Amino acid sequence: MDNTTPAVALRGITKTFGTVVANHHVDLDIRKGEILALLGENGSGKTTLMNMLSGIYYPDEGQIFINGEEVTIQSPRDAFRYGIGMIHQHFKLVDVFTATENIILGLEEKGRLDRAAASRKIREICDLYGFSIDPDRKIYQMSVSQKQTVEIVKALYRGADILILDEPTAVLTPQETEKLFAVLRNMRADGKAIIIITHKLHEVQALSDRVAVLRKGAYIGEMMTRDTNPQEMTNMMVGHQVSLNIRRPDPVDPKPRIEIKGLTVTSPEGVLKLDHIYFDIRGGEILGIAGISGSGQKELLEAIAGLQRVESGQILYLHDDGRKEELVGRDPLEIQKLGVALSFVPEDRLGMGLVGNMDLSENMMLRSFRAGHSVFTDRKHPHELAEKVVEELEVNTPGVSTPVRRLSGGNVQKVLVGREIASSPKVLLTAYAVRGLDINSSYTIYDLLNQQKEAGVAVVYVGEDLDVLLELADRIVVLCGGRVSGILDGRTADKNEVGMMMTELGGSERIKAKEREE
Amino acid sequence: MFDIVAFIPRMVAQSIPLMLGSTGETITQKSGNLNLGIPGVMYVGAISGVIGSFLYEHSCGGSAEAMNPFLTIAIPLFCCLLGSFLMGLLYCILTVTLRANQNVTGLAMTTFGVGFGNFFGGSLIKLTGSDIPSIALSATSNAFRTTLPFASAAGTVGKLFFSYGFLAYAAIIISLAAAYVIRSTRVGLHLRAVGESPATADAAGINITKYKYVATILGCMIAGLGGLYYVMDYANGVWSNDAFGDRGWLAIALVIFTIWRPDIGILSSFLFGGLYILYLYIPTGVNLAVKELYKMLPYIVTIIVLIITSMRNKRENQPPASLGQSYFREER
Repeated sequence: MDNTTPAVALRGITKTFGTVVANHHVDLDIRKGEILALLGENGSGKTTLMNMLSGIYYPDEGQIFINGEEVTIQSPRDAFRYGIGMIHQHFKLVDVFTATENIILGLEEKGRLDRAAASRKIREICDLYGFSIDPDRKIYQMSVSQKQTVEIVKALYRGADILILDEPTAVLTPQETEKLFAVLRNMRADGKAIIIITHKLHEVQALSDRVAVLRKGAYIGEMMTRDTNPQEMTNMMVGHQVSLNIRRPDPVDPKPRIEIKGLTVTSPEGVLKLDHIYFDIRGGEILGIAGISGSGQKELLEAIAGLQRVESGQILYLHDDGRKEELVGRDPLEIQKLGVALSFVPEDRLGMGLVGNMDLSENMMLRSFRAGHSVFTDRKHPHELAEKVVEELEVNTPGVSTPVRRLSGGNVQKVLVGREIASSPKVLLTAYAVRGLDINSSYTIYDLLNQQKEAGVAVVYVGEDLDVLLELADRIVVLCGGRVSGILDGRTADKNEVGMMMTELGGSERIKAKEREE
Repeated sequence: MFDIVAFIPRMVAQSIPLMLGSTGETITQKSGNLNLGIPGVMYVGAISGVIGSFLYEHSCGGSAEAMNPFLTIAIPLFCCLLGSFLMGLLYCILTVTLRANQNVTGLAMTTFGVGFGNFFGGSLIKLTGSDIPSIALSATSNAFRTTLPFASAAGTVGKLFFSYGFLAYAAIIISLAAAYVIRSTRVGLHLRAVGESPATADAAGINITKYKYVATILGCMIAGLGGLYYVMDYANGVWSNDAFGDRGWLAIALVIFTIWRPDIGILSSFLFGGLYILYLYIPTGVNLAVKELYKMLPYIVTIIVLIITSMRNKRENQPPASLGQSYFREER
């Protein structure tokens, strides 16, 4: 090991929020010219720890050393001064500002505001590390990966030597991830210290030099990446042995349940969201839907659930006796009665499906409040259902009368998925069911979906993580800009192939080629 | 017939309180604070000025000769700024420091401000012991309405451009300056960032609390000047309860109309000022009912404007994204 002073040394850092201990006496070193992967489950305190480095939170106890000197970081401004830049999971950018305006935000330079000079300097930084962004473009016109680039440039513009990235790949395609990694390796070669927070073990292996693991706010240990393997890292994170393979039982008697024919949806602004989509959803199998976010996944699920106005095309529901029924134009309640359940987990998790200020059993009632004939609602059954969901899915909550808002992300998702499954659906539509969940919770959700599949339910799984899609789904529909660029067998599909089909270029070329064939 | 030369000076005079109110509110809203207390703040600004000048006029025995010209202006001006400063401070302590709901706080402040104005207005009227329910501060008002010496000599041009008191020109300069600061300076950039995304601004090292306090209090002081202008200049120094009316609400509506740009605010204030008094200049004969209909114009236009502005969807023209929300860094 080298014996130079670490760029950052944390000693005995403790932080509590009320009665919750987020970090407990954490010691951590970060060296120059290395990439450190910080691993841990949800709620293990990774982000909190890094927020203390970037000045968002202030530690209750402990010391921080930068290049061997003890420092106090009380605000983000202090963090800049010590050369610490953090790229947050939710980008800290002002949408209506240009890239330049965002990058120079908060800098107290002398003289008048010179946007042109700042843009020039930004272009220089871009050339140096191989970024491509237009400094004069507004943020809301940018793609997710461009926004991330702006965040990184923002840190570099402030002269950051220590770069913290919080789950940077969660929203990127495989190709964009590779590009990001190349840039990060450039920066490592430039002598910068880089910390990356992630759930994805294969990325840890591909990128990092060293791994540090947190569990329940405490520092568990660290090792060189080359000396470890995913199984060991997972065991350290979770604290006990976990099987890493996602179970994929064979489809049970797959028969068509929903046929989608030429489905076309346009947004209220007149943008084409789905463009003549054809495929079918079968009972007893998991249909994965892959695509960059915003490629029409939301519209597709909502169209099936009756929440989205359909421009043209058909959605046919096949009854067990072979009767076909048109779903387009039906109201959501009727579709629900046919057994179509939608569990959509939006980015903020609560936006659709659950009401944050209502407690668990009240949220269960959102599905059942029409039951019964009395003017009074039935509170007993939802209460029992809530208790059942809490018990079976191991929801971590003080009780069923806790507002959902107070639960952590993973638990909220369990409640949502649990409720939808409890309605014993024929079709289960889930979107981003494991978004932001740690390994343990994710596997609970996968198991639930597999149980449904084995019970003959048609499961639609819209996912972000291609590795999971490839391991979980029986078939994969790839969406690209509102069109189906391919339907693949989950058991034989190749990750790079799917990635290419997701991107505008690969996807649309494929569509064109297919059209030529036809 | 329609007398444009008589109409325009009245229109401008009518528009100044709106202009100051909306400029103040725009600065406030840019920091993410939706201050619905502006009507109350304008009332407090007006009555504070009135109290100051009333006491000064009385201490001089009511004779205009005994009054120092500088103090005649400075005392009401200072009292007005102090009153609206305190209102702004109150709003900030409640919404920024204690994170109270902004709408409720604002509405409460409007109710309070109007009541405060009417209460002290009523007390002063009692003190004068006069039969008419109003106070006339003619000496102060004359000072506020002093125009440049050549204004009356310059004929129509003088009447159109130079016939206003200094607060009118100050209003235009303040609005232009506010527009420049918001658009082109570092402070403006930071202010907008605070209103758009406080978490971003915070992470960029901007002091959110400071920006919110300064913008809101400054906004209140500017709006308070609008109240002062109304009493001292527009109303010739006559305070009567409730005379200020609903100009404060119009000023808030104007902020939306001007897509949060004080420079556009100047022109739209003129427009609304004109609509406000149009009924006086449209010959309607003896039919008073028609006049009442014309009085509705500013409100009808406000509703139409709100409908139109809700339909536009350009991102730059939207309200500050975090308008009305309080910010707490360690919120999880």
